[in-house]
Amino acid sequence: MNAPSITTSSAEETQVPSRFNLQAALKDAFKTALITLALSIPILSYKTEQNGGELFLASRWWLVAAVVGIIFVLRVLEHAFLATKASRKALPDPHQATEPVHAEPSAYQKVSRFAIPLFLGVALSFPLLVYLVQGGLNESRYFVDLGILILTYVMLGWGLNIVVGLAGLLDLGYVAFYAVGAYSYALLSTTFGLSFWICLPLAGILAAFWGMILGFPVLRLRGDYLAIVTLAFGEIIRLVLINWVDLTNGGAGISSIPRATFFGVPFTSGDDGFAALFGLDFNAMHRYIFLYYLILGLALLTNFVTMRLRRLPIGRAWEALREDEIACRSLGINTTNTKLTAFAIGAMFGGFAGSFFAVRQGFVSPESFNFLESAIILAIVVLGGMGSQIGVAIAAIVLVGGPEMLRNLTFLKAVFGENFDPNEYRLLLFGAGMVAMMVWRPRGLISEREPSVILKERKAISGSLVKEGHG
Amino acid sequence: MRWQQDPILDVQHLTMRFGGLVAINDLSFKVGRGDITALIGPNGAGKTTVFNCITGFYKPTEGMLALRKPNGSQLLLERLPGFDINWKAKVARTFQNIRLFSGMTVLENLLVAQHNPLMISSGFTFLGVLGIGGYAKAERAAIERAKFWLEKTRLIHRADDPAGDLPYGDQRRLEIARAMCTDPLLLCLDEPAAGLNPRESLELNELLLSIRKDHGTSILLIEHDMSVVMEISDHVVVLDYGTKISDGSPTEVKNDPRVIAAYLGVADEEIAKVEAEIGA
Ligand SMILES: Nc1ncnc2c1ncn2[C@@H]1O[C@H](COP(=O)(O)OP(=O)(O)OP(=O)(O)O)[C@@H](O)[C@H]1O
Ligand SMILES: [Mg+2]
Repeated sequence: MNAPSITTSSAEETQVPSRFNLQAALKDAFKTALITLALSIPILSYKTEQNGGELFLASRWWLVAAVVGIIFVLRVLEHAFLATKASRKALPDPHQATEPVHAEPSAYQKVSRFAIPLFLGVALSFPLLVYLVQGGLNESRYFVDLGILILTYVMLGWGLNIVVGLAGLLDLGYVAFYAVGAYSYALLSTTFGLSFWICLPLAGILAAFWGMILGFPVLRLRGDYLAIVTLAFGEIIRLVLINWVDLTNGGAGISSIPRATFFGVPFTSGDDGFAALFGLDFNAMHRYIFLYYLILGLALLTNFVTMRLRRLPIGRAWEALREDEIACRSLGINTTNTKLTAFAIGAMFGGFAGSFFAVRQGFVSPESFNFLESAIILAIVVLGGMGSQIGVAIAAIVLVGGPEMLRNLTFLKAVFGENFDPNEYRLLLFGAGMVAMMVWRPRGLISEREPSVILKERKAISGSLVKEGHG
Repeated sequence: MRWQQDPILDVQHLTMRFGGLVAINDLSFKVGRGDITALIGPNGAGKTTVFNCITGFYKPTEGMLALRKPNGSQLLLERLPGFDINWKAKVARTFQNIRLFSGMTVLENLLVAQHNPLMISSGFTFLGVLGIGGYAKAERAAIERAKFWLEKTRLIHRADDPAGDLPYGDQRRLEIARAMCTDPLLLCLDEPAAGLNPRESLELNELLLSIRKDHGTSILLIEHDMSVVMEISDHVVVLDYGTKISDGSPTEVKNDPRVIAAYLGVADEEIAKVEAEIGA
């Protein structure tokens, strides 16, 4: 489409200074480099190394210099790039434009072009990367475990995203479905000896069923009321798990849940074990790596189904419901059923994640399903940008991986004294991060909405137009 | 007098009370099949409330709303659940304060309007998720239909823009296009010309006339702009304080002293005087 004369002339009037200004760029890059230097001195300059029983500090000033140099060059390049792009097209404000305008690539499009293949590649090769970096299977245990934890939250975030991000129904009790899934697997496998692959769909169905049970009473509620009732539902499930001792063994939880098997082949050192079957040396890490790929597969399934649903009438109806429920009704959409399906499908993925949790831990107790879990999952969705799959994934990495990084900041002990445990400040930082996000990016990391169908040109929809739902 | 012989909608003794407030009081009128019927009246007369009763947003306190299908079968709208009024009875509406899905694109808005047929062709999502069945084909057909209405409302060049980004007049037309995508027998428009400039208002008249002519859709519209009402409508119903004060062809209604009195705000006793003044 060719831009009409009105818009081009207005564009010229509002021309931004677009010439590449080398001096300003160098100045800015120098500032950035200084900040990098300040940041990297405490983080990068020294590393503890062990030599026999001795512990000593090895300096890594060359690394600091390299990082600062790289940042400097990148910053200059960024200026040059932005300047050429700005001079190529200066755009009028697309808001309420009487003529269509070519949209700037949005944050989503910019991120997705590089980030999605990158993330997928890293996720798929993560155990290998860790193996190479750490130099051994046993040494990579910590990071593979962390990967599993992050992916579990990515999956939970994606599941809740269906309810909160797409359908706009604020659900503060999502952990209830996680619990239903976990206990379903725990009980079905310990009492009936069913295998994981049979329990997984059953757990999903049971969680979806409970999603509907929750859905019915809250359908009429909106906003705060809905949030409070779902919150209560989460607590009810947890209290039932604690008090129905006959079934759930109460607060003591259910232990010795059958471990994951490789499609029936157990990860044991025996002759019929996984290692023997594939002619490998037995290593307990095989199981963890299998679990990693299992949760990666489940998370990708969640993502795939969600992306698919968004392009189906049901997904569009969810989003339309978030935008305007009354208009939906006037177009013949059964809002009750539409909300119920959102609850049920969101809950189903929570159930899948729950049974994964049970098979990974081998032990479930009501303690694992408290309100804080719901809050973290919701925070992941809100921080990521409601409705954005990639945003939720990034938020999960930041919110779950970030606190783990705190554990490694042992050098802070040198500053704050021996008793300082950075991990104790987790929630403080979490809260500060949330406040900062709400100030700078109130609609989440990626607030733009991707259209589910296009006629000619893909344009992202600014977050300011997208409604957040009313309950 | 088509509305007497072949009514598509028959409203009988409709009463709507909100607590003590009687918004509609024993209202009866008929909407002719293939007619453009205008529902007019001063502010607060209860016009939007009538629409809300017809389209299932309010359950009438009393009365009957019968929709007669072309095959002669009859549906009682007050007994249908809200969403079935569009899907089963084929009554579509627009809103006085525009209600678009502003964060969705223009095209998406029109696809949401075709939710029910698309839902069926996606096998109630089950087949659609697996990618089997005729969903892809049905979606292409739905996009074609959306394109048809976008061309008709001259919005095709904005198809991929978010609906909330459109200027006001375009949003009004988009709402009509969205209602028409549900393939209605009766289209209820709540003040479609409000806020339009004279040129847009003329275009709207043409659009409504062509909807009636090419699609056989009957139109019921609320309108304050008398020039629109007089020019395109076949039948006018006048409300004041929830009661019908006049019902007939535009010329009849225009000359009805009670209508004039209601619009000019004259007390009942003075009607005779007004009549004398205007020479009716
Ligand atoms: N949900 C409601 N609750 C209470 N009163 C209502 C409700 N809806 C409408 N009313 C009242 O009913 C009366 C008729 O309102 P209505 O909106 O139908 O008027 P209208 O003819 O559409 O006016 P306008 O030309 O201003 O749109 C008003 O007095 C209004 O306050
Ligand atoms: Mg009104």
